[in-house]
Amino acid sequence: MPSTQPEEDHGPRAVRVTPTRGVSARPAGQDREFTVEARSQGRLILRRFLRHKLAVASLVVFVAVVLFAFAGATLWHYSYDQLTPDISAPPSLRHPFGTDSTGIDLMAMVMRGTQRSLEIALFVALAATCVGTVYGAIAGYYRGVSDTLMMRFVDLVLTFPTIAVAAILGAQVGTSAGSWFFIGIILAALTWPIVARVVRGSVLSLREKEFIEAARALGARDRRIIFGHLVPNVMGPVIVSVTILVAAAILSETGLSFIGFGVRPPDTSLGLLVSQAQTAVSTRPWLFYFPGAFIILIVLSINFIGDGLRDAFDPTQTRVRS
Amino acid sequence: MSTAATTGEEVLVVEDLTVSFPTDDGLVQAVRGVSYRLREREILGIVGESGSGKSVTSMAIMGLLPRSARITGSIRFRGQELVGLRESGLNKLRGSKIAMIFQDPMTSLNPVHTVGYQVAEAILAHNDVSKAQARRRAVELLDTVGVPNAGQRVDSYPYELSGGVRQRVVIAIAMANKPDVIIADEPTTALDVTVQAQVLDALRTAQQETGAAMVLITHDLGVVAGQADRVLVMYAGKPVEIGDVEDIYYRPRMPYTLGLLGSVPRLDASRSQRLLPILGSPPSLVNLPAGCPFTPRCPIAQDRCEREEPPLVTVTSHPHRAACHFSQDLAGVRPHDLFTSTSADARTEDHPGRPSAGEPTGEGDLP
Repeated sequence: MPSTQPEEDHGPRAVRVTPTRGVSARPAGQDREFTVEARSQGRLILRRFLRHKLAVASLVVFVAVVLFAFAGATLWHYSYDQLTPDISAPPSLRHPFGTDSTGIDLMAMVMRGTQRSLEIALFVALAATCVGTVYGAIAGYYRGVSDTLMMRFVDLVLTFPTIAVAAILGAQVGTSAGSWFFIGIILAALTWPIVARVVRGSVLSLREKEFIEAARALGARDRRIIFGHLVPNVMGPVIVSVTILVAAAILSETGLSFIGFGVRPPDTSLGLLVSQAQTAVSTRPWLFYFPGAFIILIVLSINFIGDGLRDAFDPTQTRVRS
Repeated sequence: MSTAATTGEEVLVVEDLTVSFPTDDGLVQAVRGVSYRLREREILGIVGESGSGKSVTSMAIMGLLPRSARITGSIRFRGQELVGLRESGLNKLRGSKIAMIFQDPMTSLNPVHTVGYQVAEAILAHNDVSKAQARRRAVELLDTVGVPNAGQRVDSYPYELSGGVRQRVVIAIAMANKPDVIIADEPTTALDVTVQAQVLDALRTAQQETGAAMVLITHDLGVVAGQADRVLVMYAGKPVEIGDVEDIYYRPRMPYTLGLLGSVPRLDASRSQRLLPILGSPPSLVNLPAGCPFTPRCPIAQDRCEREEPPLVTVTSHPHRAACHFSQDLAGVRPHDLFTSTSADARTEDHPGRPSAGEPTGEGDLP
């Protein structure tokens, strides 16, 4: 280590402090000597997320499910609409998840169904979050009459029974190939008020914070305050509600498909698979348990990931998880 | 309407400003006729206790009061009337011509953005420069106000910094656009005493670098003494005394000012000399009775004080004005002549055995 301690008048502090991080072989300059290595915010978030064991495990599971559904479907030698000679076969090496009564490989169908469920869920989450965040932020920021009108509309939408409305609207759409997309839109149109409420609540308290006043004192316009200052600050609650939405969307889609208004055959989804298997629970249980297990796996892992993300993203969070 | 000759050096003119808020209990008259003129590069200290209308006055200048506030009077920035100015017009001035420093640096910085981003944001809001340029300027500014290792700290989040450093960041933001007026609303109140002096240095640097005039709002008379050119003392929403720092500190002519000065601990005071409290508390600003609002607490109050409120009138020299019927009688009066520590606990703690070497009369002048 270079001895950079000056002989002259740096006072007792400069002499007393010996570089405790002296192991680093960097030939540091005089003022570099005592600087602590700066950690970037991204790395901090990553560290905090990685400390959340359950979230990390869930992320691994979720990535595995996604890979299984999307990459697996291209690799697996059966497809979800391909009939095989093995009819109602229990799980085996040839058909790890078994087959159904028409001889279609269940693993191929689960892959396809997972794809559909994930696509719908992510679309719903994205659309509902964007709409809900902007809507809630505007309502909360302006308050007053506009807020009242906007939130009464939200209350109105929230009174719609999701499944019933989606079922009716879904029935109108019919069985076109892109029907999963319409289901996504319908579900998003019914769930964004949840996000809007969360965001509005946070914005109502945030807008009174001094930094918002400071931003205004700097000449920031409303748009800048809403999107530059308020929205980034509500990301914590929004991320949590996104994960809840994803889980809820998967369950809604499952429910819709189960009662026959969601994804239609020949396409398939996890909910459809479960509903098709309801008569076979006792005789061919694999038809029921494999898609059901995937639903639980996806929903649970997303919830835990959301939990970890919330803790990691919140820069004001100082609590250290052990 | 003023002529160019007089507005040439007066950047901010506040005339007969009143602010009131309707509440369930009635109209709260937070500010009841404040007038002052701020010249270029001048530092005006506004002192007064909580609720005296110091902050409301500055918020009115920034146009940051809630819509329910009723504002009358006039605030002119370089001849431009700010009262009643539309939001878009105010936005052009805020941050670029008039900047504000808030009390608590813990809450006046956005927790989710880096401090560099927030300084750069202030620059980008009023200048057509690239983000890289804004960032470079942000580092310069942080360096100017004494943020150590500015090149690295620019990427820090507020929560990673100490209160003193955060307040420097706030100062850097305020000076980012070289404003003509900086309003500092209790800039050191939320800080440790040890860092207050450093932050005041940073504030002074900012003021000198930008050449701005400054309104320094505080209830710390020591801060004002060291920084301000002129002092405005406020009580119950009204200015009660205004003048040069020397006038206010050495020749106060209003009992309230005397009381404030008597309640400041001093290093050169003898040990037996007690701090003098101003007994009582400020009046409610709802339905103020007629007369001088300081009457109930004033040691020299007379019947006349309860009837008529004294106007702010010139005492000796021209810029020194005070609002007291008896300001002429207060020449040469010291806090100890007027206020006595008569509260019960003060009496029990008295040390009669102590040698009375430093009687109040033998005291030197205020710092």
